[in-house]
Amino acid sequence: MREYTAPDIRAGRLTAAELAANFDDVKPPLDPKRALVESSRCFYCYDAPCIDACPTSIDIPSFIRSIATGDAIGAAETILEANIMGGMCARVCPVEILCEDACVRNHSEDKPVQIGALQRYATDALIAAGGQPFARAASSGKKVAVVGGGPAGLSAAHRLSRLGHEVTVFEAREKLGGLNEYGIAAYKTVHDFAQTEVAFILALGGITVRTGQALGRDITLEALRRDYDAVFLAMGLGGVNALGLEGENMAGVEDAVAYIARLRQAKDKASLQVGRKVVVIGGGNTAIDIAIQSKRLGAEDVTLVYRRGPENMSATHHEQEFAQVNGVRIKHWARPVKLHGHKGAVREIEFEYTQLDGQGRLTGTGETFGILCDTVFKAIGQKLNLALVKDPLNGKASEVLDMAGGKIAINEDFATSLKGIFAGGDCVASGTDLTVQSVADGRDAAMAIDAYLRGEG
Amino acid sequence: MADLRANFVGIKSPNPFWLASAPPTDKEYNVVRAFKAGWGGVVWKTLGEDPPVVNVSSRYGAMHLGPDRMVGFNNIELISDRPLEINLQEIKRVKRDWKDRAVIVSLMVPCEEQSWKNILKRVEETEADGIELNFGCPHGMSERGMGSAVGQVPEYVEMVARWCKQHSRMPVIVKLTPNVTDIRKPAQAAKKGGADAVSLINTINSICSLDLDLMAPTPTVDGKGTHGGYCGPAVKPIALNMVAEIARDPATHGLPISAIGGIGTWRDAAEFMAMSAGNVQVCTAAMHYGFRIVEEMASGLANWMDQKGYATLEDFRGKAVPNVTDWQYLNINFKTIAAIDQEKCIQCGLCHIACEDTSHQAIAAKRVPDGKGGSKRRYEVIEAECVGCNLCYHACPVPDVITMVPQQTGKPYLNWTQDPRNPHRRKAAE
Ligand SMILES: Cc1cc2nc3c(=O)[nH]c(=O)nc-3n(C[C@H](O)[C@H](O)[C@H](O)COP(=O)(O)OP(=O)(O)OC[C@H]3O[C@@H](n4cnc5c(N)ncnc54)[C@H](O)[C@@H]3O)c2cc1C
Ligand SMILES: Cc1cc2nc3c(=O)[nH]c(=O)nc-3n(C[C@H](O)[C@H](O)[C@H](O)COP(=O)(O)O)c2cc1C
Ligand code: SF4
Ligand code: SF4
Ligand code: SF4
Repeated sequence: MREYTAPDIRAGRLTAAELAANFDDVKPPLDPKRALVESSRCFYCYDAPCIDACPTSIDIPSFIRSIATGDAIGAAETILEANIMGGMCARVCPVEILCEDACVRNHSEDKPVQIGALQRYATDALIAAGGQPFARAASSGKKVAVVGGGPAGLSAAHRLSRLGHEVTVFEAREKLGGLNEYGIAAYKTVHDFAQTEVAFILALGGITVRTGQALGRDITLEALRRDYDAVFLAMGLGGVNALGLEGENMAGVEDAVAYIARLRQAKDKASLQVGRKVVVIGGGNTAIDIAIQSKRLGAEDVTLVYRRGPENMSATHHEQEFAQVNGVRIKHWARPVKLHGHKGAVREIEFEYTQLDGQGRLTGTGETFGILCDTVFKAIGQKLNLALVKDPLNGKASEVLDMAGGKIAINEDFATSLKGIFAGGDCVASGTDLTVQSVADGRDAAMAIDAYLRGEG
Repeated sequence: MADLRANFVGIKSPNPFWLASAPPTDKEYNVVRAFKAGWGGVVWKTLGEDPPVVNVSSRYGAMHLGPDRMVGFNNIELISDRPLEINLQEIKRVKRDWKDRAVIVSLMVPCEEQSWKNILKRVEETEADGIELNFGCPHGMSERGMGSAVGQVPEYVEMVARWCKQHSRMPVIVKLTPNVTDIRKPAQAAKKGGADAVSLINTINSICSLDLDLMAPTPTVDGKGTHGGYCGPAVKPIALNMVAEIARDPATHGLPISAIGGIGTWRDAAEFMAMSAGNVQVCTAAMHYGFRIVEEMASGLANWMDQKGYATLEDFRGKAVPNVTDWQYLNINFKTIAAIDQEKCIQCGLCHIACEDTSHQAIAAKRVPDGKGGSKRRYEVIEAECVGCNLCYHACPVPDVITMVPQQTGKPYLNWTQDPRNPHRRKAAE
């Protein structure tokens, strides 16, 4: 065993100016001239493939033509009609696997129309102009409870309120927005945009917000069912998967999502403690984001280790490349097997090389290597915080909230196994862990809830 | 290498590219820069009698298409606003220094013989190569009984052309206004008056756009606007047709034509010259990009001529004229239909929606397996429905995806005058 020294973890590795530059808008907005040039690249396709590739089916050729003809507000209305978080989606969607991947311009010149950037141009213009383009329908006299104020919950709340229902959003945290506020990489959504968008959504009216109210802690599902005509569950995935290694509770072994939440809420990024040598374990968005943000906070070496190959990572090719451009080293085909520490703080992590066996299963090769580190970030996926869902139902054992793959099971109308209770977003079995998919779920679930409420009379 | 030298009514220039009478030829400074850049000739900005006219501030309007600037251009400027004597001195100096280039002087004076006589004498002293009579300006000058007010009355055109031929030994080019219903009439009048050539087109009456805040036309002069003269790429088709009309008219066939209107590339120039123009004049393209465009025009024209085996401009000049005919003589038995190259098609669907909504419902929108378990779009021509209108061909954003393929019908040439379906058919026997 080697001798370890105390870890090097400290705040203020970079100057204020360096931090400001590192956490500035990663993709600055288009100015009017660029928007004109880019919008004029759109062919205004008929039956446009890009629309199919957008989970919220925004009428992309229509909104781009509005921009090209000088009607950014009309463009934004088209976007927001389909996707009330069009502003956030424009910033965080992995467009390279969604709308822009389907753009026909890829076939003629390998360069799609920058749909995301144009979407941001339009929605920014509308939000800057102020006001709310939508109105509420006549009151239905129905009340709906929404649990969770993230993309799925807020999208549902907005649509339900438009349809004339009274909505109450119960949110465990202090702020609304879900991972828009606590999870998305800081440089993707600068200037407190998540809260700006929340305010825009609430400006419709008809939505009562109860923050600091957690289902299972402060409220029960039974009470919600009693007090409301329908309930929409949109709690996302609160729990994190564990590495399952001895010493996982050592100092320096961190949950990436929790760290990012702290980073997002930090008023002064210089106050954040950062390790000199950082190892990230995982292959998704969260892994990439924590790796890049560690680097941008001043970590000297950041190594991301993933147990399979690059094509198996859920982070897109574009995101992997972006990590590498930011100086993150990515190592594939290795899994963590042992943590080594010094006085209760992690100092080295040992990996075993992996490969696929004859049956295509992942196996270790037996060969190992170690990486010295001050911090290890766990980013190997999130899971539903079951305690919050299951417990409140125990009062009525006859009724069970069906689960599938550790998440809430729903039918095609977003209905759970419990009458009047619907669910969508990351917490359901079909969740794709994309903001835009959660927004689509919220909108479509609201339509289904509306049909349910009106069908009931 | 092709020989680009041009000889237009005896006026020689090293290439057929002249700058039209307009701001680019306003004064010695611009013209010298133009000659240094390689222009073959200039038609000096129109001169009038002293005292010079006065221009307003805010003078140009434009048609922009998306990011493409100045697809059309319009102006409310008048003729030269500098004293006549200064212009004449400069013209004289320029011609002395640039003997191999063409220097033409554009003129516009009141419709009185003495006025023309006086100015012609003074222009002759500059040793300029010729004169161009500006009968075209649609704004400002016409209200004063000049410009298009003259150009629209064939009798005046003939009369002034005759005076100019009588009182000067210089070649006379009559510049025609397009603001008439039949361009052949003023061309015939110019010829009757003894003009050596016509040049066309001058600018077209236009209001480019409205400022919707000011509720006034652009360019806006202190809250008001007026109609101006339209030019630039957008007017080329109109100019090309007018040149063709004059070239085909038996009364003016063979009358030398200096073509103007939307010319900015070697291809535009080649088209006008194939339509019989002896040279071309350029204004807007130079005002947009500067004089250096003449380099690409010259090399482009020469390379095209080399590829086609044309050694001189005369080798292809007028070659397209016999192929311009009246609609009634087109072959009604000719058939062409659209073909889509599925390899190159990007599935934008524009051909389908254009044909489906506004034409002949001849392009089917299909879904076929994409080989990855999903489906992809496929657009197919329904040959039996296609009338060969070319709409899809023009709407398709990718070059060479759609081609129009002439069909073997086995039927002989038949025109409308011969077609049995024509109720007014002239029977061969009659
Ligand atoms: C680090 C990170 C980066 C990401 N980056 C991207 C990206 O760039 N692009 C992209 O498209 N997607 C990204 N995602 C995924 C995206 O953020 C999620 O798919 C999306 O936010 C899910 O929305 P949701 O409304 O279902 O859940 P959430 O956003 O998680 O919102 C759930 C809300 O419910 C609240 N809640 C939880 N439990 C309770 C309870 N018991 N009672 C009351 N309230 C409760 C939570 O506090 C939260 O506000 C990222 C995810 C992470 C973790
Ligand atoms: C600003 C401006 C001023 C013009 N002034 C004159 C003029 O004084 N005399 C004249 O004969 N034509 C004048 N014209 C017309 C041009 O010579 C030319 O006929 C017309 O612009 C069409 O050519 P283009 O499409 O290349 O511009 C003027 C055009 C412009 C744009
Ligand atoms: S919401 Fe996302 S996927 Fe849909 S069009 Fe906008 S940027 Fe593209
Ligand atoms: S596929 Fe591309 S070009 Fe076609 S409508 Fe969509 S963005 Fe425009
Ligand atoms: S317009 Fe052209 S590219 Fe578009 S679908 Fe038709 S043939 Fe294909």
